[in-house]
Amino acid sequence: MTTEAIHDSHHDEHHDHKMTGLKRWLYTTNHKDIGTLYLWFSFIMFLTGGVMALVIRAELFQPGLQIVEPDFFNQMTTVHGLIMVFGAIMPAFTGLANWMLPMMVGAPDMALPRLNNWSFWILPFAFSILLSSFFMESGAPNFGWTFYAPLSTTYSNGSTAFFVFAVHIMGISSIMGAINIVVTIMNMRAPGMTYMKMPLFVWTFFITAYLLIAVMPVLAGTVTMVLTDTYFGTSFFDAAGGGDPVMFQHIFWFFGHPEVYIMILPAFGIVSTTIPAFSRKKLFGYSSMVYATASIAFLSFIVWAHHMFTTGMPLFGELFFMYCTMLIAVPTGVKVFNWAATMWRGAITFETSMLFSIAFVILFTIGGFSGLMLAMTPVDFQYHDTYFVVAHFHYVLVTGALFSIYAGAYYWLPKWTGHMYNDTLSKWHFWCSLISVNLLFFPMHFLGLAGMPRRIPDYALQFADFNKWVSIGGFAFGISQLIFLVLVIKCIRGGEKAPAKPWEGAEGLEWTVPSPAPYHTFEKPPKID
Amino acid sequence: MSNGTTEQVQQKSQKTVKKLLLIVFAMFGFGFAMVPLYDVFCDITGLNGKTSDTAASYDVDGVDTKRIVKVQFISRTAKGIPWKFEPMINEISVHPGEMKLVKFYAKNISTTDIVGQAVPSVSPGKAAIYFHKIECFCFNNQPLKANEDVEMALQFYVDPELPEEVSTLTLSYTLYDVTASVGP
Repeated sequence: MTTEAIHDSHHDEHHDHKMTGLKRWLYTTNHKDIGTLYLWFSFIMFLTGGVMALVIRAELFQPGLQIVEPDFFNQMTTVHGLIMVFGAIMPAFTGLANWMLPMMVGAPDMALPRLNNWSFWILPFAFSILLSSFFMESGAPNFGWTFYAPLSTTYSNGSTAFFVFAVHIMGISSIMGAINIVVTIMNMRAPGMTYMKMPLFVWTFFITAYLLIAVMPVLAGTVTMVLTDTYFGTSFFDAAGGGDPVMFQHIFWFFGHPEVYIMILPAFGIVSTTIPAFSRKKLFGYSSMVYATASIAFLSFIVWAHHMFTTGMPLFGELFFMYCTMLIAVPTGVKVFNWAATMWRGAITFETSMLFSIAFVILFTIGGFSGLMLAMTPVDFQYHDTYFVVAHFHYVLVTGALFSIYAGAYYWLPKWTGHMYNDTLSKWHFWCSLISVNLLFFPMHFLGLAGMPRRIPDYALQFADFNKWVSIGGFAFGISQLIFLVLVIKCIRGGEKAPAKPWEGAEGLEWTVPSPAPYHTFEKPPKID
Repeated sequence: MSNGTTEQVQQKSQKTVKKLLLIVFAMFGFGFAMVPLYDVFCDITGLNGKTSDTAASYDVDGVDTKRIVKVQFISRTAKGIPWKFEPMINEISVHPGEMKLVKFYAKNISTTDIVGQAVPSVSPGKAAIYFHKIECFCFNNQPLKANEDVEMALQFYVDPELPEEVSTLTLSYTLYDVTASVGP
């Protein structure tokens, strides 16, 4: 009796003990606080990378060189890519994982709370290092986010060390975050929650975390080789010393291809949560979704060389990588059809989260189709390094990954803030984004097919009209995102009080706790039947 | 599932962390292991146009006089090496199995001593393993004093096993400045 009483009073103290001000955020080990930090950080990075995209689009508004020097243009494309991949999309997913995973599996917190704090707080340093290189005389990395050797080694402008150490820190952060997710899911699930009873959101993050653990170390190895090649006289990628620059591409894309699934599998998890909720039906084909996710993850390891069809591979290699790549369309198709089947005859309502989810399904599929076109070796020779590729990966990453993050944010905002968001603003955000994003990226397909190469500050006159529209779309899309910023701030400050479960069809443990979610949830695990 | 006390969950978590860290280190190692693996793979398959960097011995039974293969030589210098470097004959016709000797000319046109290293590559890539070098200046680096020149020998034969559809081989040499790593 006594011990229990002491235990209880200790607990109460723990509840009230919450540091204030900056210290609360610096020292926090609470998964909700860290999730919030991740989400804000990713949004700031999203705007930073977005401004760089606008510099690119401003320069490309007209043919000829108007605004920036070609070298600075290259720095913009490089750092835009790095920031959006490692600073915006990935931390946003980690933020969602931090906020939602423990609540979804009925755990009081992540399994390794201190590690969690550490993995977030090294990120701002990584990006400070990367961005600080802009203030060097020779400028920031200008060799493309793919840092192909010898561009990043022999011909580096001196920013390689900044780049390498920034990527190292980002990698360590991702690996620690991923370890935390796996350990939490494996060991902290509420009694009765078997693997096949986990929400699909949890499944996709589980598999994504494994991908991260497997390939982020390979990226760390690659950048280390680039570092020693540049500064310490090794010749991993230098033909003069017996190395091979093509090998760089093999090692890089061995990381790089799973990386693209790291950025899309969690998106699958989010829309597999929101679409059933707003269709008021169970997710169609739950177990096939799990197996499809796992197959995509497996296949992602054996398709890397489809990024390198033009390097002069033997025919057998090209066929192998072409067929394996096309095979990925099968599990991905399973997913798309399952989402469609979930909506079929559902009682659908079009809350903003659902709008973003439906837009995700349609536009991601367009990105998937252009991916299939790129997978075909013979035609890839035409599309390689053109704006068609740019259109493809922006469809899967912006209207894919980013739209899913918005779908998730609108879905859980009431749970996070305790208030309903401003519905009118959210509709404005959606429709402005939807129209501008297509104006921004759809004409890029035609530009690419017509032969406009990517990563160039100037272009031939015949591309002028499309580029003008693309740039207008770019600025419209950029400004539309500020609506979201205003909406979130308003939602934090006030608004209609949100009930514990604001969406009629929503399912999952997170809706059994009040809104906003209390600082500590599920200290006693819930019972699952 | 957390069917147990906090301590049990913590113990289990630590075990999982250790296993995952093992994967992390293994994959970091794998990244580096891809370097020798890549070389071995290219060596065995002859992909990538990589030719052997050691001398081959001449063992063929007979010259295939019915077949003629064209062998072309091209050369280029990498950025930053002030040498003149070119084949003394641009093209030669050989029978598979027949041994030939050709020469390359190199001249250091700068006022400093430089060590050069030529790196060969054969196109089409699949023919690389059928191109055998008995003697080649590319096996060693080549020091040249300021204004010094040299004729460098390449002795080779084309394997009679060379696939039927290959009628022309191009041997390309790129010359690199390796003074910094070997010393003048």
